[in-house]
Amino acid sequence: MTSTVKSRSEPAGRGAASGLAAAARAPGWARYALLVAGLAVALWLPNGLYPAVAVDILCWALFAVAVDLLLGFTGLLSFGHAAFWGVSAYVTGLVAIHLGLPFPAAVLAGALAAAVLAAPIGYLAVRRTGIYFAMVTLAFAQLVYYVANEWRSVTQGENGLQGVPRELFGLDLTDDYYFYYAILPIVLLGLAGAWRIVHSPFGRVLVGIRDNPARARALGYPVHRYKLTVFVLSGFLAGLGGGLFAVSHRFVSLEVLHWTTSGKAVIVVVLGGIGTLWGGVLGAGIVVRLEDWLSFSGFEAIGLVTGGIFVVVVLLFRRGIWGTASTLARRWWGRRD
Amino acid sequence: MAGQGLLSAHGLTCDFRGFRAVDGVDLAVAEGSVHALVGPNGAGKTTLFNLLTGFLPPTGGRIELAGRDITGLPAEQVARRGIARSFQITSLFPQLSTREHVELALQSPSGLGWRFWRSAKLMRRYTDRADEMLELVGLAELAAVPAEALAYGRKRALELAIALALDPKVLLLDEPTAGMGLEDVDRTVELIAQVRRGRTVVLVEHNMSVVGRLADTVTVLQAGRVLVEGPYEQVRADERVITAYLGAADAAH
Repeated sequence: MTSTVKSRSEPAGRGAASGLAAAARAPGWARYALLVAGLAVALWLPNGLYPAVAVDILCWALFAVAVDLLLGFTGLLSFGHAAFWGVSAYVTGLVAIHLGLPFPAAVLAGALAAAVLAAPIGYLAVRRTGIYFAMVTLAFAQLVYYVANEWRSVTQGENGLQGVPRELFGLDLTDDYYFYYAILPIVLLGLAGAWRIVHSPFGRVLVGIRDNPARARALGYPVHRYKLTVFVLSGFLAGLGGGLFAVSHRFVSLEVLHWTTSGKAVIVVVLGGIGTLWGGVLGAGIVVRLEDWLSFSGFEAIGLVTGGIFVVVVLLFRRGIWGTASTLARRWWGRRD
Repeated sequence: MAGQGLLSAHGLTCDFRGFRAVDGVDLAVAEGSVHALVGPNGAGKTTLFNLLTGFLPPTGGRIELAGRDITGLPAEQVARRGIARSFQITSLFPQLSTREHVELALQSPSGLGWRFWRSAKLMRRYTDRADEMLELVGLAELAAVPAEALAYGRKRALELAIALALDPKVLLLDEPTAGMGLEDVDRTVELIAQVRRGRTVVLVEHNMSVVGRLADTVTVLQAGRVLVEGPYEQVRADERVITAYLGAADAAH
């Protein structure tokens, strides 16, 4: 009882350290503990998994977070994000092959190309909502796919771009184990950027737009322009993931632009938890790991298993894995109060 | 003022696939007045509201704010120029707290909303002002409560707070007492009477006692046209109005 009164009269920062009640309301230290645990897992990952799988998880984590920025924090379901992931993969590959730049520069070029592409697609798509928005993004992604397929002189068509170098000032990064640690800072920067966007004044406006666009307009916020801005930011982040994916595989195939790639990104987010940001990271870890394990054990119908898990999660845990876990955790903290 | 008005409509018309919801409406809202729009259901009050606030583009006519043409501007730009509105059906952000609502409104005229690379903590610069607004509408105790958890009357009060937070030239209130119990109606009327000082208010209202207590001028709409316009007592006594609308409402009042 005394601790409740005490922590209320104190500034939030100190109260969080002193009283249980404060921790129940806003478990500040729990957040830091989670952050430290997450970083520890990120640093340990290639020791516990095949490094190549760990690298894939990082790339898909960026992709999922990019999709969640739209789906969870703006209320827009993009079903064409493969366009940004894939175009960045091709541009990164081409820049790395033809210009021989260090891979971070090539990836940056790819992500910027994805952002540039996201501008006109977003401009047209944000005028629609719901299923129509999803259809417009899907249509453009299909368009990009066919262009890449036809433009063989550049993309090598079905053969794909071969021999994307992992150049970084002459360092030997052929081993996936070391390559993982080379890309980890870039991925963490991307994730931190997404976190910053969500927790910015801009992010606050986005949530308002998601929940009530008419009210946001009545407050003087130009809804279309906000949606376009976050669409471009999301395209950039998806491109960051796609570029790293290209360098890590040393190869770019048409699959990066295929609509199933867009679908997989959405599934990863739904599985992890829409509007949770870190749920996308967790979802990426689960889906990539599972797919690798299934294909390694010679199981043919991978889609059957991932699809089955997807159905179970959607039916039983509407908030996804992260969302459900954090709801339970919050309830637990509440009970301790 | 010379009959010009701070906010005025000239021959304003709106068609929905052949149905004329608003038909050549002329309206002049005098600066500093409370101007009520009344009329039976389907008279075009809410459509007129949506036209004045840019939520609907007119098919004909002009809208002027302080002598400047604002016809056809999108809603967010109309809001930027100083016309704030509330909605007939409560329209809030369910998950945001009442304080966050007011902070969003206060932030709107600045460029802060675009800063995706800055911390949301910057919005704390609006917290003091937000708490003042909440105090004004009697929500100070509920600053941290998410909007979805508020009682109906409190939601309406929050609507008013965020409209006021925009510091508008003209405040448009769409049925601010709709669905309220008597006590809440009285509270809301007092609140509007309090915040109207130094402001111009346009009010759509069904409750004629509310109109009588607040309005300087009343415009009666019927079938998308202006039927009568004048001071409340005069409009109330007008036979055409009694036939069209007031009979039933007056009996209730």
